[in-house]
Amino acid sequence: MELSVLLFLTSGLFLGWSLGANDAANVFGTAVGTRMVRFGTAAVVCSIFVVLGAVISGSGAAHTLGQLGSVNAIAGSFMVALAAGLSVYLMTKWGLPVSTSQAIVGAIIGWNLFTESVTDSDTLLKIVATWIACPILAGFFAIILMKIVKAFFQVIKLHLLRLDAYTRFALIFAGAFGSYSLGANNIANVMGVFVDVSPFTDFQIAGLLTLSSVEQLFLLGAIAIAVGVFTYSKRVMFTVGAGLMPMSPVAAWVVVIAHSIVLFVFASEGLEHLLASGGLPTIPLVPVSSSQAVVGGVIGLGLMRGGKDIDWKLVGNIGLGWITTPLMSALVCFVCLFFVQNVFDQRVYREVHYVLSEPVLEKLGERGLVTEDLAGLKDTEYRSAREFLDAFQRNTFLTSQDEKRALRIAELRPIEIDSETMDGLDQDWLSPEQFAAVKRLAGVRFDHVWQLERILASISPDWHRMENTTVNKLHNKELERKIQYLVRYFEIRE
Amino acid sequence: MYFQKVTSLFGRTRALESQVDEFLDKVTEAGLVFSRAVRVYLQHGACADFDAFLTQESTIEGREDVLRRSIEVELYARTLIPDLRADVLRLLEDIDSLVNAYEGHLFRISIQQPDVPEEFHQGFLDLTETVVTCVDSVVLAARSFFRDIESVRDHASKTMFFESEADKISTKLQRGIFASELPLQRKIHLRYFVERIDDVANKAEDVADSLQIYTIKRKI
Repeated sequence: MELSVLLFLTSGLFLGWSLGANDAANVFGTAVGTRMVRFGTAAVVCSIFVVLGAVISGSGAAHTLGQLGSVNAIAGSFMVALAAGLSVYLMTKWGLPVSTSQAIVGAIIGWNLFTESVTDSDTLLKIVATWIACPILAGFFAIILMKIVKAFFQVIKLHLLRLDAYTRFALIFAGAFGSYSLGANNIANVMGVFVDVSPFTDFQIAGLLTLSSVEQLFLLGAIAIAVGVFTYSKRVMFTVGAGLMPMSPVAAWVVVIAHSIVLFVFASEGLEHLLASGGLPTIPLVPVSSSQAVVGGVIGLGLMRGGKDIDWKLVGNIGLGWITTPLMSALVCFVCLFFVQNVFDQRVYREVHYVLSEPVLEKLGERGLVTEDLAGLKDTEYRSAREFLDAFQRNTFLTSQDEKRALRIAELRPIEIDSETMDGLDQDWLSPEQFAAVKRLAGVRFDHVWQLERILASISPDWHRMENTTVNKLHNKELERKIQYLVRYFEIRE
Repeated sequence: MYFQKVTSLFGRTRALESQVDEFLDKVTEAGLVFSRAVRVYLQHGACADFDAFLTQESTIEGREDVLRRSIEVELYARTLIPDLRADVLRLLEDIDSLVNAYEGHLFRISIQQPDVPEEFHQGFLDLTETVVTCVDSVVLAARSFFRDIESVRDHASKTMFFESEADKISTKLQRGIFASELPLQRKIHLRYFVERIDDVANKAEDVADSLQIYTIKRKI
């Protein structure tokens, strides 16, 4: 194993640790803050389920690099993860619940700025939209749920002690469930980038269970999350559970459930697909953050009571933390990338070149982008996305949607389907037809990803992109993941 | 193992619930014993029957203390109802003090053996009955606090009503005592007992007041 890989791995582990320290508070904060569940119990349950979620369900996402996927050099990933981890760590130190994924996105924006890559304006909009939409939705759900729960208790008249026992059980159950999803959803962000350089080899436990190298990597990441939960999450838990306002145990449970509902209903592509395939109207997907949902839930209940108990100063600090986190993350990342590149002489990004070759112009034309004015730029190679777009826009007007499309089409990504390494492809994931189609392309070279995509689709219907509808969204996304996997696998690296 | 832990958690909760119920039952029982004992004393003085009631009251009080301590230990050892624990303990202690007051008054009667003229018997009986009813309604309010939070207010207002009834009876009784031809030392002695018995209703009212506050906290 290369020492550098191990070193780079540490930043992923650090990010995992910060994630554990911060995000565990979303699932167990209210339970611990109201002293219904002891911190020790919460930490043990949370750790076990985070590990299970990461190793069992997280492996499904092994082919997804998480949001860090766009960062194309390992030293860059190292810095992005480190910057995000550092921002989350600082916020956690101040006891403020923040969104880990926003910290990561912030760091990626820092990387984008440093490398002159283009930041998707939708991503920025998403961050801002989450600050507003997510807490409001969670607060709304918490209020409705609280009203239902109250009405229910008026009818069944449970003994105070029995209510206490049931609530305790429900809080642990909800926390365990939340921890499982925390592990499953976030492990790709913590360890995803290291999948390709995993230093582990598969091994068997007592001849019964095989742990693949990816599973071992995820296990390691999950352990880092668990360590974060144990060592540092207590403060944020108390901020969420007791600092914002005094809460009853039932209210604590309502907040956790409202947060899960918001995450499930407004972020679940699975649910959207299910509704769409049943011919039912779908619920619009909104970007959500679990930290923001929990805080929104607590504030919602506080407002229901007239808002007098809410510590508005703390709410202000939390809100400020949400804005500061991505900004700080971006700044730290930018500055550190500069040092890593210039002082430690590490390559933090691989240049991505863009070219307006004949096939590219043709493809742009197919996609309805005006190409007549671009004749003068033909065959010029650009060394960064910024440079390419500047040249492009001098000649023709582009909307942000067009920009994305043009970048995707013109990006140079030399790929060669190597017959020797082909058998190493994950044949459980690719369908036999898909694999056969790839096999037929042995020895063929492509300059652009879309060329590979087009030819694969012409060989096998299994590689066909479906019409862009809600029902087909999941299929197309999965196809896109597979294409990206092939690209990474067969990419010609200088 | 986890399953066992969960079932034992629910099992122990049920056991604790019955302890709380028994604790409140005992208060009602103590009230019945108290009113019987006063009646017997007025009719026959500190006779054997009165002593038997006194012993019974002491046993109830002893059991009440055992239950209260056991509930307290259980609540703290298992960190149950963390948000309301302090209120519940305070409630149990206050209610326990009502039983202590019943027992204490019977002891005082037994030791001091006040000589109550027959014309005041009915007044003493009415006062005792009203005080016991007042305590019973605060016990109902306490039961509601555990099971049916919305009814606490109803029972608490009944407690207030009986407390003011007890005050009226006590005032009337004291006026009668001091207007009588009895020597001053007997008047003062009788007044002492009237005030003591009436004081139980005042204590019950205080418990009802606190209960209303606990209820507001529980509703949050």
